[in-house]
Amino acid sequence: MADATLTAPLLDDAAAPAESPVRRALRRLVRRKGAMFGLAVIVLFVALALCAPIVAPYDPTAQSWTSVRKAPSWLHPLGTDDVGRDILARIIFGARASLLAGVISVAIALAIGVPLGLVAGYVGGFLDAAISRLTDAMLAIPFLILAIALAAFLGPSLRNAMIAIGVTTTPIFVRLTRGQVMAVKVEDFVEAARAVGNPPRRVVLVHILPNILPALMVQASLSIAAAIIAEAALSFLGLGQQPPAPSWGSMLNAAQRFLVNAPWMAVWPGVAIFLTVLSFNLLGDGLRDALDPRER
Amino acid sequence: MLSFLGRRLLQLIPTLFFVSLIIFSLQQLLPGDPALVMAGEERDPDVIEQIRKQYRLDQPVPIQYVYWVKGVLSGDLGESMRIKVKVRDLVVEKLPVTIQLASMAIVIALAIGITAGVLSAVLKDTVWDYAANVFALWGRSTPTFWLGIMMIFLFSVQLGWLPASGYVRPSEDFWGSIASTIMPAFVLGNVGAAVLMRHTRGAMLDALQSDYVRTARAKGLFERAVVLKHAMRNALTPVITLGALELGELLSGAVLTEQIFSIPGFGKLIVDSVFNRDYAVVQGVVLVTATVYITLNLLADIAYVLVNPRLRS
Repeated sequence: MADATLTAPLLDDAAAPAESPVRRALRRLVRRKGAMFGLAVIVLFVALALCAPIVAPYDPTAQSWTSVRKAPSWLHPLGTDDVGRDILARIIFGARASLLAGVISVAIALAIGVPLGLVAGYVGGFLDAAISRLTDAMLAIPFLILAIALAAFLGPSLRNAMIAIGVTTTPIFVRLTRGQVMAVKVEDFVEAARAVGNPPRRVVLVHILPNILPALMVQASLSIAAAIIAEAALSFLGLGQQPPAPSWGSMLNAAQRFLVNAPWMAVWPGVAIFLTVLSFNLLGDGLRDALDPRER
Repeated sequence: MLSFLGRRLLQLIPTLFFVSLIIFSLQQLLPGDPALVMAGEERDPDVIEQIRKQYRLDQPVPIQYVYWVKGVLSGDLGESMRIKVKVRDLVVEKLPVTIQLASMAIVIALAIGITAGVLSAVLKDTVWDYAANVFALWGRSTPTFWLGIMMIFLFSVQLGWLPASGYVRPSEDFWGSIASTIMPAFVLGNVGAAVLMRHTRGAMLDALQSDYVRTARAKGLFERAVVLKHAMRNALTPVITLGALELGELLSGAVLTEQIFSIPGFGKLIVDSVFNRDYAVVQGVVLVTATVYITLNLLADIAYVLVNPRLRS
C-alpha cells in the first residue's frame, strides 16, 4: 500500500491531461464488485488482527479443562478446541500470523526479486544470464517443496517460514520484473531519458520502475494469496507458527484428530483461510483488469 | 526440430547445475554444527565423528559439493540417517504410489477443467459461464488440506462411503485401490482443474472469434461441429502442454494430500523425513522432484512444438 501512495506523483507526471492513470485505475477498480468485496474482507481481517486483544472474547491460549471440545454456543460462538480454548479467539489472533506471513513473505520476495530483475533486464549480458539461470533453477523446484525444504533446514518457526516462503516466491518477481524492464526500456521516453544524460540508476528507478509498478502490484496481491496458503500449509505440517501460539494451519492440524467428535474445529480455520485467500485473489484479478491499458 | 531439441537440452545444463547448488546449499542453512544437528538425539562422539567423515563435513564446502554431485551423478542420493536405507531405494519404493495418485488427479483435472472451460466459453455470459468461473476461483482459493479434511468428514465420517485414510496397492485389490485414492486424487486435481479451466476458457474464447471458425460457420456447419472439431482442436494444444506442467505441480500438492490421507507416497516421504530431521532424504527427494519437474517441462515444450506445425520448421 505504501508503494501505491509513493508512486502516485510519479505516475501523474506521465498522465494524460484529462484523467491521471492512477485515478482511472482506481475508478475502474471501484466498479468491480469482486475486487471491492475482496478489499472489504481484507480490511476486516486486518482490523481484526490489529485489534485482536480488544475484539477477541477470550485469551487465545487460555486452556480450560471444563470446556473441552464444546460445540458452538452463545458462550463460545465457534466452539472450543481439544484443550478448551475458544476457537473464535484463536481465529482472530491467528489472522495475525496469516496476514503477517502473507505480507512479509511477499515483501521479502519484492525486496530481493525486483532489484535482481531490474539489473538482469536493464544491464543484460553475463549478469542477466547468471540471474536468469538461477531463477530457472529455483522455479524448477515445485513451490511448496522448496518452501518445505527451506523451512525444514532453517528450523520450524513463523519467522523461518516467512523467510522460506519469501525466498521461494522471489524468482516469480525476478522473472516478471526482468520481462517488464525489457519491454519498457526500448520505449521512446526511456531513450529520451538516457539521451539527456541521466545516469543508469536514475533511468531505472525514476523512469522504468514506476511503469512496471502496476504489474508488480497485481502479482504481489496474487502472491500474498499464495503465501497465506503456503504459511497455513507449513503450519499445518508443524513448520510454521509453533504451539501454543494460534495459527489457522496448526488449528487444522489439531482438528484432524477430532473430526468425529468436534468437526467445528476443522470448519472455521479453513473458512478463514479460504476467505482471506479468495479476497486477495479477487483483489489481484480486479487490479489486473483495472490496470490493463487495453481495457477502457 | 533437432536443433531446437539440442538448444533446449543445452539450456538444461546450467539450470541443473544451479538446482544442485541450491539443494546442496540447504545443508549450509542448518544452525550450528551440521554433524551435531544431523545426529539428532545421538550424542555418542564416535557416531558424530562417523557422520562428519561420511558427509565429509571436515572438508571445505566446495569439496563437499563435488563429492555430493559425484555421488548423485552415479545414482547415489545418500542414505537415510534414521532408517539406514538408501535414499534411492526409498524413492523407488514411494514414487509409484504418487504417480498413481497424480495420474488419477490429472485425469480428474483435465476432465473437469476442459469440460468447464469449453462450456463456459461457448455459453459465455450465461449462468453456466458464471458458475464455471466461481468454481475456478473457489479451486484457486481453497487450501487443499482443508478440502481434504472436509471431504473425509463428509464421505468417511458422515456417510461412511470411503475409507478416511490408508492405501491399497492396485495389484492387491484394484477397486480397493481406487476407493483408497479417489478422494485424495480429487482433492489433488481440484486446483489443477481450476487452472486448466481458466486457460481452456481463454483459449476457446480466442478460437471462437477466429477467422477459421467464422469460415466454418459460414460454410453452414452445425455449431456442434464448429465447436468440437474446429475451435476445440486448436484451442486445446496449449492446454494439453499446460497439463504436463500441472502434473509437476501435483508433486507439490501431493505433499499435503498424502499427509492428510496417510498415503505412503513421495509427499509423505518428504514430510516424514523433515520430521525425522533426516536431511539427506529431504535433499534427495527435492532433487528427484526437481528432475521430474524439469523433464516434464522439457516434454511439454517438445509436445508443444510437435502439435504446432508453425513451430516445427
